[in-house]
Amino acid sequence: MTENEHTENTDTGSAATGGAARSGEAVLVVDGLTVIGRPSDVEIISGVSITVKRGEILGLVGESGSGKTTLGLSLLAHCKRATEITGGQVRVGGQDLAGLDEKGVRRLRGRAVAYIPQSPASALNPALRLGVQLREALHDDSLSEQDVLGRVREVLREVALPDDDAFLRRYPHQLSGGQQQRVAIAMAFVGRPEVIVLDEPTTGLDVTTQAHVLETIRAMTRDYGTAGVYISHDMAVVADLADEIAVMYQGEVVERGRAAEVLSDPRHAYTRKLLLAVPLLRTSGHEEAEPEEEPLLRVSGLTAGYGRTKVLEGIDVSVSRGECVALLGESGSGKTTLSRSVAGLHHQFTGEVLFDGDRLATSSYRRTAAQRRRVQYVFQNPYEALNPRKRVREQILGPYRHLVGRPEDPDAVVAESLERAALPASYADRFPEQLSGGERQRVCIARAVATDPALLVCDEITSALDVSVQAEIVKLLHGLQEQGMALLFVTHNIALVSNIADRVAILNKGEIVEYGPVGQVMSAPEHEYTRALIADTPDFELSFPGAQERLGLAEEERAVEG
Amino acid sequence: MTRLIVVRLLFGALTLWAVSLVVFAATQALPGDAAQLILGRDATPERLEALRDQLNLHEPVAVQYMQWLQGILQGDLGNSFSNGLPVAEYLRSSVQSSLALMGLAALVATPVSLFIGAFSALRRDRSFDHASSMGTLVVASIPEFVVGILLILALGPGGLGLFPSVYAREGGPEQWILPVLTLALAVAPPIVRMMRATMIEVLESEYVQQARLKGVSERTVLWRHAAPNAIGPVAQVIALQLAWLAGGVVAIEFLFNFPGVGKDLMDAIENRDVPLIQAVVLLIAGIYILVNLIADVIGLAANPKVRVANR
Repeated sequence: MTENEHTENTDTGSAATGGAARSGEAVLVVDGLTVIGRPSDVEIISGVSITVKRGEILGLVGESGSGKTTLGLSLLAHCKRATEITGGQVRVGGQDLAGLDEKGVRRLRGRAVAYIPQSPASALNPALRLGVQLREALHDDSLSEQDVLGRVREVLREVALPDDDAFLRRYPHQLSGGQQQRVAIAMAFVGRPEVIVLDEPTTGLDVTTQAHVLETIRAMTRDYGTAGVYISHDMAVVADLADEIAVMYQGEVVERGRAAEVLSDPRHAYTRKLLLAVPLLRTSGHEEAEPEEEPLLRVSGLTAGYGRTKVLEGIDVSVSRGECVALLGESGSGKTTLSRSVAGLHHQFTGEVLFDGDRLATSSYRRTAAQRRRVQYVFQNPYEALNPRKRVREQILGPYRHLVGRPEDPDAVVAESLERAALPASYADRFPEQLSGGERQRVCIARAVATDPALLVCDEITSALDVSVQAEIVKLLHGLQEQGMALLFVTHNIALVSNIADRVAILNKGEIVEYGPVGQVMSAPEHEYTRALIADTPDFELSFPGAQERLGLAEEERAVEG
Repeated sequence: MTRLIVVRLLFGALTLWAVSLVVFAATQALPGDAAQLILGRDATPERLEALRDQLNLHEPVAVQYMQWLQGILQGDLGNSFSNGLPVAEYLRSSVQSSLALMGLAALVATPVSLFIGAFSALRRDRSFDHASSMGTLVVASIPEFVVGILLILALGPGGLGLFPSVYAREGGPEQWILPVLTLALAVAPPIVRMMRATMIEVLESEYVQQARLKGVSERTVLWRHAAPNAIGPVAQVIALQLAWLAGGVVAIEFLFNFPGVGKDLMDAIENRDVPLIQAVVLLIAGIYILVNLIADVIGLAANPKVRVANR
């Protein structure tokens, strides 16, 4: 066969042909795969080789732009617009998908290799019933209607969904996010594929649902003897799930090995960086919380909603000067509504919001300039929060002029703000599109700190960023906090909270179920919901030399602060 | 969903009532009154008075409006001023002709535009797509009566001589071709463009990608996965275009001397035949509202969220 063409990859080649035991047999062999973009001819992935054995899962890790999704799609011989496979092989059970014509590829899709998408909410057709969508993957002519339906019901039972006719007649929008992802999993497994590609399938899910979905995926790949390729940027999930790990960086696999080996002894500097960037879920070793003095912000009895729908009920939270209070909750828990109410962006609330002893009006229009100046907001998505037509300098000076007045030396104001956000002053002349995601978020922070606020409301400010960037932003926030700034940090990431917050309020369905010093909540959670959150969050220990840097990030900062 | 449709129906009735107010007010604003219009400038004051009594013109305007509205609701549109025939009878045959003309134009334009739009989306940035987007832009930028004149020049007696350019009562079905073609060309371009844009968006969606990754054939992808999701937005544009037909038909009928409501309206305006004008304008507004209502219902029916939620 063709494995001699790529002599440097003979190890993968022999694994495919060595008729080993069923469990050790390599089902997916990718050899020297190259995908280029048109018309620039830039290589998006270059010469990638991976092998996955039956019943095992390969974790494909990398940050946005590393080419991991392109690789995942090319395993089904699918290319997005303006991309093309120009070299290499994708052998599934001996057949090379990259070399087949369109018809041949279509026959193998769904049956030999299947795909589980990142967001089932947009990957399930909103206009088609679940039954129709599930049956489609079994597009063999040989199967009778009855057999197909039986198989669909069987696979639905396996992913713990109802299998009755009423469920099959439902539309995707009638399911929860977790159920939708189960349907997507069932849709992939219904054709008993040899290889399954999972593209960040748990990104939109809360940790409890994520844990269930991951468990389902693990059980299904094992029971079916399917080779899984799990694409993710989340090292913690991959460490938990994968048998092997391949790390992608700029279109190439820079490191590949058994999961335990990669975690304990990463060879490539980029792998180490990725591993260190994942915040450890710290359940012990927190400093004693200081007794609360007169807080800077006190929210009491706050109830908020949209129209007749209540989102928040009876919220009591307070933030002292120089303190970081985390609002932890899943999507839909009301955490963003709470932070928007504090900032005066959401008006429909009742209850008391005291800032520095004064009562804040519900609407920011009726707050004084000083009040607005001293509460600043950093938005979740830095790609949408900056005006694309204005230079960084204008973005920073805008709120300053409005709230403080015309500056005597505008350049000094801009330079100082950028410096506080750890950016060089030369960035002032750039447009947002000339900045990376992390740099954009720094500009957003610079814009917020320009007016010298006392309280910074950070709404999921790291969730749109890669993990390695996330660590840097968190470090930056720590620095600001040391300078006396109070932080209201909104997030869904409990590991992050355990590292940066002094106190934490855990929101569930619009109510605070637990509130206290972070050390106490993490080590001895009282509420069932908190305990489930801590238990379901994937986590891993690092033991390689230099790994203490990851823990140190939090310990050091904490020591200075105490 | 039934509730939503009922609400839409009520809004439609409300709009129609508002139109009736405007129409009535507009005829009131004409100089002179109905009696003067009917009898002409040379009428004696006695005859004018007598006719005013007969037409209830001495009643307050509100009462006149109520009487007029009551008449319409009972199907009585009044009598034509110019020839004394009941308006309903006078308009019957021309309404039928016009509806047939519009229906034929819609039947030709809609499927062809949908097909061209979908095919352009599939062949995005290839030669067919470029040609169709160029063509629709050109046709859309020319007024429809100019399109009609160009068609007459090209295909009529002066050009290739394929079809007659003017409608005659004794003519055969081939004299319908040019008016239908002109109207179809006038309504098609926005439908083509909307279908193309919507299909491109839908074809780029993740659920279409997912369908392809399941190994579903390209035809199933197009008609089962993509088309139902494109129907909602496109139906709105189709409705706007077909509703436009109701008014656009006036100029085209005039151009081809086609005996329809458009021509009747022109004659009525010339003769100051107020009941006739009122009836035709109400009819055109009614068609407009009805077509939009149908589009709303199709849009709602194509959306499973609406369809299922109100069961």
